Formats: sequence, structure tokens, C-alpha cells
Amino acid sequence: MQQAWDDGRASEIISGFKTTRGGLLPTLHALQEEFGYVDDTVMPALAKTFNLSQADVYGVITFYHDFKRTRPGRHTIKVCRAESCQSMGSEELLNDIKKRLSVDLHGKTADGEFSLEQVFCLGNCALSPAIMIDKTVYGRVTAERVDSLVKGLRS
Amino acid sequence: MSAVKIYVPNDSAARSVGADEVAAAVVAEAAKRGIEIKLVRNGTRGMLWLEPLVEVATPSGRIAYGPVVPADVAGLFDAGFATGGAHKLSHGVTDDLPWLKSQERLTFARLGITDPLCPDDYVAHGGMDGLKRALALTPAQVVAEVTESGLRGRGGAGFPAGIKWKTVQEAKSYEKFICCNADEGDSGTFADRMVMEDDPFMLIEGMTIAGIAVGATQGYIYLRSEYPQACDHLNAAIAIANKRTWLGQNILGSGHTFNLEVRVGAGAYVCGEETAMLESIEGKRGVIRAKPPIPALVGLWNKPTVVNNVLTLASVPIILAKGGAFYKNYGVGRSLGTQPFQLAGNIKHGGLVEKSFGVSLDELINGYGGGTYTGRPIRSVQVGGPLGAYVPVKHLGTAADYESMQEVGAILGHGGIVVFDDTVNMAHQARFAMEFCAEESCGKCTPCRIGSTRGVEVMDHILAGDNVAKNLDILEDLCEVMADGSLCAMGGLTPLPVRSAVKHFPEDFDTTAAKPRQVA
Repeated sequence: MQQAWDDGRASEIISGFKTTRGGLLPTLHALQEEFGYVDDTVMPALAKTFNLSQADVYGVITFYHDFKRTRPGRHTIKVCRAESCQSMGSEELLNDIKKRLSVDLHGKTADGEFSLEQVFCLGNCALSPAIMIDKTVYGRVTAERVDSLVKGLRS
Repeated sequence: MSAVKIYVPNDSAARSVGADEVAAAVVAEAAKRGIEIKLVRNGTRGMLWLEPLVEVATPSGRIAYGPVVPADVAGLFDAGFATGGAHKLSHGVTDDLPWLKSQERLTFARLGITDPLCPDDYVAHGGMDGLKRALALTPAQVVAEVTESGLRGRGGAGFPAGIKWKTVQEAKSYEKFICCNADEGDSGTFADRMVMEDDPFMLIEGMTIAGIAVGATQGYIYLRSEYPQACDHLNAAIAIANKRTWLGQNILGSGHTFNLEVRVGAGAYVCGEETAMLESIEGKRGVIRAKPPIPALVGLWNKPTVVNNVLTLASVPIILAKGGAFYKNYGVGRSLGTQPFQLAGNIKHGGLVEKSFGVSLDELINGYGGGTYTGRPIRSVQVGGPLGAYVPVKHLGTAADYESMQEVGAILGHGGIVVFDDTVNMAHQARFAMEFCAEESCGKCTPCRIGSTRGVEVMDHILAGDNVAKNLDILEDLCEVMADGSLCAMGGLTPLPVRSAVKHFPEDFDTTAAKPRQVA
């Protein structure tokens, strides 16, 4: 469950990685795990902790697809768009999900419940098409199955 | 009567089709009937189309039932499945299934047989034999054994592991590192994930042997963030290994030190390139480094570093346990040993097939794989991930080894095979290859960063039927610049799927043709 952004808690997390070699990525992961995103306000603290410029920190956060700078939906649906899933109709599945949830790629639903993202391979290629909701992978996915999963998470 | 052992896989592929629900149903049904069972969450056997594959231990061996859905469970108990009774989902003794029996599982010998996080199970099935033998040898002898085995980098480049290890071993430095590349981003591959989820101690053992051989005391596993379960299993296994002195300050009482840490990536495909991975472990943007210097000499934090793929390091324990000479008896020519092939995409019997190098693509796809999932004819297969060539049906007789694949203009890569049926439009696949490169390029070199974006635009013109002949010339020009001018394989190999699609499927690019290709 994502917590609301809290500067105190954020600096606590950051100081936990002070002595970790190459600690910026693990710190960003820990912040995102707690809050669902990395607020821009922590960039100066991150820069100071890891002896980097703020530009370096900004560069790292924006380089990686995983790191979000705004609060995502309560759940994130990632649809695999890599070749294996393409061969089993992932593009149609993605379009179907977009329509059913009225949401675009990288967007979130009006009620803030679901973010929709693309992913290139979940390592479930023998059971394509695959999607991931939060940290759970689903294989042989149909639009109907997504519907029932979404319904289950909403209730 | 003692408790019946029932196995329900805990692999994320099995769970993706309901293994957890089946496990819960088995436990509930057994309790209801007063049958005493011991539920084991094993790894997957690799027969992924049969998942969730439930196995029951009987005096004649483990009997397989699958694919099981929770609604089947009561019926299975009615049929006496707790004693291996007949049922329409029964496949008989698992080990006797031809699909499994005809494989040559060296690296994946324990796959699906053991509980991944049970160290006693690991040892009972040959685990730690490699490390024990390595500790009885000198570091130079360990490296010599790996060289002797002919083991080549399983990440795709196929560089001899022994030569890399020797370079790091001979480098002078107060600090060296072992980095395991577990950023398995290629579509169609999942063997690394299976190692980490289903037999994590094997990877730990392989990395420890590497550390002792080259004189490194710290290892990192760079794991992609898309694999949360592999992360959990690795961290749990590392904690157990530390307790058992399989890792830490005094490994098995030998005085050797080797510590291991998992570092999680953040969704950048290019971090599977070894130098980008090193940058990422250092906490930076995953921008590649120009080579030379090679990471073996100037690697992580500029120290000598062994960078090997999961499968390379996972092959090390058996090589040490049984000897390099044993391992090189498998395979052909300069491709020695076995390769875990991964059958994926539009395929009927998808899963993991470990065979000696040299098995034909046809045997893998039509033999083991049983053809397409949809039942339609195969049109094309992509081997080696998004940077691998599209192979036409006429080349399916090709032997799957590094050299034979090269002869038909393809690569073996990480051994992933993605099958497409005849509904695929190869011009769209060529466009996707460019789109993927544009999305994932680290941006360091111009051919890759700009070339891929231009490539998408050119493909859009071609798909719109706009000046097709001229645009195909431009596409070829672009491919040449990217292949020859890029710093790493990201831009350098993106032309491979594009060019192979144009070469073998020109009809899909002829968008102004009077009669477009018909799919029946």
C-alpha cells in the first residue's frame, strides 16, 4: 500500500543508504516502494547524500522507465508488448484494455485506481500474452480475464 | 501411513496461470477428506503448457497431472490421485515423459525436482559438489577446468568464459568483482528467471566458484525489476547460504571470503549490455562505455570484473563437479556443452528444452514445441531476442549452435525462440525493431539514438506505400550506418531483425503491390 508523501520518512529512507556503494538506485527503489513515486523535492537531499549534482540525480531518475515523478494509480497494470506476446495478440489486448479502462498508455484511470504501462518482456513467454499487475504476473491473458482481475481489485 | 508428498510449482510462470489457487485447493480438499499430505512448492519442470502441473509422489515415481485448475481438484481426489490414480489429466510418471526424458539437462538437472529454497534438497541433488571440488584445487586449476570445458558466454556474445576469468585472475588489483548479468530483457527468454526462482543456490555456487578462482570477494547480481519473485528467492537463498557458510567470511571453513548482493535494475533494456550494467550498479544512468578498456581489466568501479550471464555462471558448478572434459562431450564444433533453449510465442508446447548445441531449430520448434499454438502454419521465428534475426521456414533445418546460426545470417543469442504464425506482418515487425531501439537506446552514440528514430519514420513511409523503393534504399543505408557505427549491440544489431525481414519477406514490404499477401 502506497503511503502519502512524507519528507521526514523520505529522509529516513535516504539516510539508510548513506554508506551503500552506488546507493542511488536502491534508494530510488526504496522511495518508490514506499510512496509509489519519487517526489522532485528530494533531489537536493539525494544529491547531497551521494555526493552528486542535482543534474546527475535528475538524469538518473529520468533515464529509467521504472521511476515515476508523479503519483501513479493505486495499482499498475503493465502489458507486455515484446515480440513473444505480439505473436499471441498483445497489441489487440493492449488496445482492448485501453478501451475498457478508458485510459491511455502511461495514464491513469479517472478514479486513480489503475495506471497503464507497457513493458518489454516479463519472462513468461511460453504463456503469452502476459501482463503484470503490481508484482504479480498473469499468463495467457484475455481481455475478459483482465476485466475480472480489475473488478477484483476495485472491490 | 505417512503424508503423501504433493508438488505444486511456485515458479512465476506456473503462478501466472493459477498455481497458487490450485495449491490452496489441494490443501483444502485433502483436509476435507482427512488425507494427510505434505505440500511442496517445487520449481517448474519447464513444461509450461502443462502448468499448473501437479505431481504426486508414489512408489513408482512422481506422477504428473496438468494443466490443473482448482475446479479439477475434487475430481482428482475422487480418482485417487493421492496414490497416483488414473485421471484424464494424468500424464504418467513425470521422468518418463519423452519431452523431458530426451533432454540433456546438465544445468537444469534439478529444475522442478527440488524445493528451490531448501538447502538440504539442493545438496541431496548434487548441489555444492562443484564448490567443494573448487576449494580443493588451486585458483589456476579452477580457471583451467572452465577453459577446458569450452564454456562460452551464454548471454549471447559467446565469448569463452575461461579466457575472461584468466584475464581477471591475472589482473593486479586490491579489489575485484564478479557481476552476474541477470537483466534478461530479450523477449522469448526466461531461462535466467528459472535459474533464479527455481534453483537459486546453483547461481550462488557458480558465482562463489568464480570469486575464488579470480580472487574477487564481492559479487553483485544485477537483476531486472520485472522479476520480483526471482528477487525474493535470490535474497532468501543468499540469507540461507550465509548461514550455512556457503557465502561470507569463511566459506565451508576454507578461509575464503565471498559476499553477494542483489541489485535491481529499473526497466532499461540497454542495462543488459555489460558496461551499461556496470554504470547502473554504480548508481548512474545506464549509458554504455566505449570499449576498450574491457571490463575484465577496468570494470565495476574501474576494478577488474568478471561479467557473466546467469546461465554461464549456473553452468560452472556442474563443470567443476564433473570436470571440463565431461562437459565438452556435449555439443558440436566450437559450441560445446548444452544450451537451455526457450520455446516461446505462438507455440503449442512452450517451455524449457536443454539440449546439446547442434539440435536443429525444426526439432525444437516442431518436435518439442509441437508447432504453433493457434494451429496455423509457421511463417517466421525470431531467435535470440529483439536484436535477433527473423528466420524463415526454409532455414528451420539449421543447427542451433553459434556458428551454424551465423551461416544463415542469424544469431543464437540467449537461446530464446519466438514463433510467429502466418498472420504476422513482417514489415510491422521491422518497424517494431526500430521502435524498440528508439525507446531503449541509451543515447550515447548517434547511429543508435537518431538512426532508430529515422528508421521508424522510414518504415512508416513504407507501410503507407509512399515511395517504397526509394525508402527501402534509405532503410538499408540506415541499417548499414547503425550496424557499422554503433558502439554496442543495441544499435549494432537492431538492423539484424530489420534486414532479415526485408530479405526473407519482401512481399510484406511491397505495400503498393496490386495484390497484397492474403492470409487464409
